[in-house]
Amino acid sequence: MIEPPVLERVLSEALRGGGEFAEVFCEDRSTSSAVLDDGRVEELSSGRERGAGIRVVAGETTGFAHTADLSEQGLLRAAAAASAVARSGGGGTRTVDTGPLGPATGRPGPEESPPLRGSKADALDLLVRADDAARATGDAVTQVQAGYGASRRRILVANSDGLLAGDEQTRTRLSVSCVAVGDAGLQTGYETAARTMGFELFAEVSPEELAGLAARRALAKLSARPAPSGELPVVLAGGSGGILFHEACGHGLEADHIAKDASVYAGRVGEQVASPLVTLVDDGTVGSEWGTAAVDDEGRPAQRNVLIEDGVLTDYLWDWLRARKEGRVPSGNGRRQTYQHLPMVRMTNTFLLPGPDDADEIIAQTPHGVYVARLGGGQVNTTTGDFVFGTTEAYLIEGGRLTEPLRDANLIGNGPEILRRIDAVASDFAMTPGTCGKDGQSVPVGCGQATLRLTGVTIGGTAE
Amino acid sequence: MTAAPTRGEGGGSGPDDLVALAERVAGWSRPGEDVEVYVARGTETEVRAYSGEVESLSSATSAGIGIRVVVDHRLGFAWAGSLDEAVLGETLDEARDNASFATPDDHVDLAVPDGVPAAAVDLWDEALAGVPTEDKVALALALEAQARGADPRIRQVDAADYGDGAVEMALVSTTGIRAASRRTSAYLSVGVIAGDGEASQTGGGFSVGRGVGDLDSDRATEDAVSRAVRLLGARKGPSGRTTVVFDRRMATTLLSVVSAALSGEAVEKGRSFFAGRIGEQVGTAGLTLVDDPTDLRAYGASAYDAEGLACRRNVLVDSGVLRGFLYDTVSASRAGTSSTGSAVRGGFAGTPGPGCRALTLAPGPEGYDEDGVLAAVGEGLFVQSMTGVHSGVNPVSGDFSVGAEGLLVRDGRLAEPVREITVASTLQRMLQALVAVGADVEWLPGIAAGQTVAVGDMQVSGT
Repeated sequence: MIEPPVLERVLSEALRGGGEFAEVFCEDRSTSSAVLDDGRVEELSSGRERGAGIRVVAGETTGFAHTADLSEQGLLRAAAAASAVARSGGGGTRTVDTGPLGPATGRPGPEESPPLRGSKADALDLLVRADDAARATGDAVTQVQAGYGASRRRILVANSDGLLAGDEQTRTRLSVSCVAVGDAGLQTGYETAARTMGFELFAEVSPEELAGLAARRALAKLSARPAPSGELPVVLAGGSGGILFHEACGHGLEADHIAKDASVYAGRVGEQVASPLVTLVDDGTVGSEWGTAAVDDEGRPAQRNVLIEDGVLTDYLWDWLRARKEGRVPSGNGRRQTYQHLPMVRMTNTFLLPGPDDADEIIAQTPHGVYVARLGGGQVNTTTGDFVFGTTEAYLIEGGRLTEPLRDANLIGNGPEILRRIDAVASDFAMTPGTCGKDGQSVPVGCGQATLRLTGVTIGGTAE
Repeated sequence: MTAAPTRGEGGGSGPDDLVALAERVAGWSRPGEDVEVYVARGTETEVRAYSGEVESLSSATSAGIGIRVVVDHRLGFAWAGSLDEAVLGETLDEARDNASFATPDDHVDLAVPDGVPAAAVDLWDEALAGVPTEDKVALALALEAQARGADPRIRQVDAADYGDGAVEMALVSTTGIRAASRRTSAYLSVGVIAGDGEASQTGGGFSVGRGVGDLDSDRATEDAVSRAVRLLGARKGPSGRTTVVFDRRMATTLLSVVSAALSGEAVEKGRSFFAGRIGEQVGTAGLTLVDDPTDLRAYGASAYDAEGLACRRNVLVDSGVLRGFLYDTVSASRAGTSSTGSAVRGGFAGTPGPGCRALTLAPGPEGYDEDGVLAAVGEGLFVQSMTGVHSGVNPVSGDFSVGAEGLLVRDGRLAEPVREITVASTLQRMLQALVAVGADVEWLPGIAAGQTVAVGDMQVSGT
């Protein structure tokens, strides 16, 4: 994308007025998407964006500027701007020498990879197949929206510590959302498949199966009764979303919240914060999961980080800035949405390791409760630890058996309390993709878990 | 239909160079093809203060183009985050190529001028561009210091931000649309953590305006601090059916959720619980909903919609009776009606669709504010924050279930704080159970106004 000598000159310019650290992040992103809705291919869309974000750290202050101009002149102008804003922030000034950049790490793509095109016709074929399959599931399915999206993102990071790294990340996604109509009104069902790979995703994922799942979810809820209100045991299906750990503790283990004492997990490394059945890992290297990358957006190799081991808190997640203050090595968790954003501490693929129990047995041994087959999104207040997560497919458990379907509801709990209430974990592990939002930035993440039981969670339904 | 060009707007000159650029690109259209070119350019600054110092300062400019091409009722779209000469042609070619794959649909066409004049909506603060960076830094630092010192129970100010932006846009099409507008915005935003022994609670506050002169740091601080401090000692609340009072900020969120079901596109595609109910009583007599982006006080005020038609006042629900939906050109054609000038889009990388910009409830009796609504309700729950709105509210089925924090209402006043509870109903029932609407209208950031509302018969889950 940019030659090393140019990057070296840009970094020198960024530190000319003082500062301890400078970084250039270059990105070239192509996106392609198609939507089939109401039986028609409504919209094909393509986008292209490239540019660089430059940050300069002076004392406690980070100066940041970005530009869509990747010429040397454009980069030098952005470097001067980042340097000026770092100074006007009032941080200390100290000149440092920038040495030559080291050898490149990660997996920089070819110098000019072709823009993301793929075959539009092939993508549309997937959407038509999904639409047909969803409508064939039942006459009550009245509306289907199928969406395909692909993106290729080439990044290059260089910093004044001599780091030079790159990555080429291709992501592909297919989602289906259905509406079914019954006597009690409309209901919805949704399913998505998303991986860090190209069109070869569809050698593994069948659009028909995906659409069938979404349609059956909407149909099942037509006869659903209102979810219970109050505290009940809850069994979460393996791969039902994994969002539980993302919200109950993942965000609270991000070092930026820890540094500001804005997390219930601050100062608790070495303490038992969860049931001994809980071993939680964040790992950006797992196969082609949605949160996988060769390097993070600060150029650090992705790695496997054990956060909770047998219920004991072992570590937090770190980006460069927070790690520097603690005098330690970043954990490969510095991520940003685009070159127009500053990096911050983010999860990659966060998952609970599988346990010894049998999924069917867990249900059979639950006399009364709620079984959640699929979760929607969630949200947490890291300071109080209170979090919610929503169901999009759930059933009542009566006498150890799944009985009636339930309408959608949110569940609410407090992170450290809920993590202690896990009393069974099965071996049927699966990952799901998601989009994580923080401070206005969205990044792709993976979540994973096997079937597990919580001894009590508050369910926000409308039934008394 | 006449192709009278719409142009300019009150309060100064528009971005003439952007209009010229959009006209030039639209001029590259081929016979038999309609082209719409949307170009935008912006600058922004953001300062975050922490612990008496500047934590980060960002300064940026950006520009981009979004092109829609319609050939034989087939639509294609492409965008680019650049206005470089080489990029413009590539983007048009890509949009053209995309159009060739779409399913022909008689309802798909670009907007044509409809003769409705654009309101004079001045959203530009001339002084903003001249504010030195040092002054912006000083505002963020002062906000942080003010929040830190506001109450002895504030143990942390985890974010104190100043931000501003200026955006100019132009939209030109071969169907006769020619619109230009520009807007500035500025905000102060602060998040605090209050501590009382072991327990911590959080609160946030902000102040927004078109320029620095509109900002009120006292108000932002007071809001953040009182929200955090009054929750100290909160416990999980009791379960049961009760009346819920939503504060002004939460009411904005509620209206935004309801607005999704008022989209003509959602209605036409069978994704709204309002579909087929025009003329029916969908709410109490106190429910009158109007979307009026020509109201200058609205955060989402705008002269033009995202297809270049004039924004206008649309009455959606009148005294509880459903009267209409919001349409863009395509959804209106599908419904056999005309656009209500309600197209919105998420910048140059998004395509237009119908949506609200300035939804508001007709206010209750004069002087009816938060205290008045609480007094009228007597017993219930006051909600000051909600979580999981994206995961627990379904605008298609109407199911509503959210996490909440707030205070119990007893004898018409705020009593003990509660947390870790959920509040649930359906949107359909909530509209029929609207028991009070305040007159305390406040235009908050977003697509709807804030005013205290009370909804009866909601299920609260707690202990």
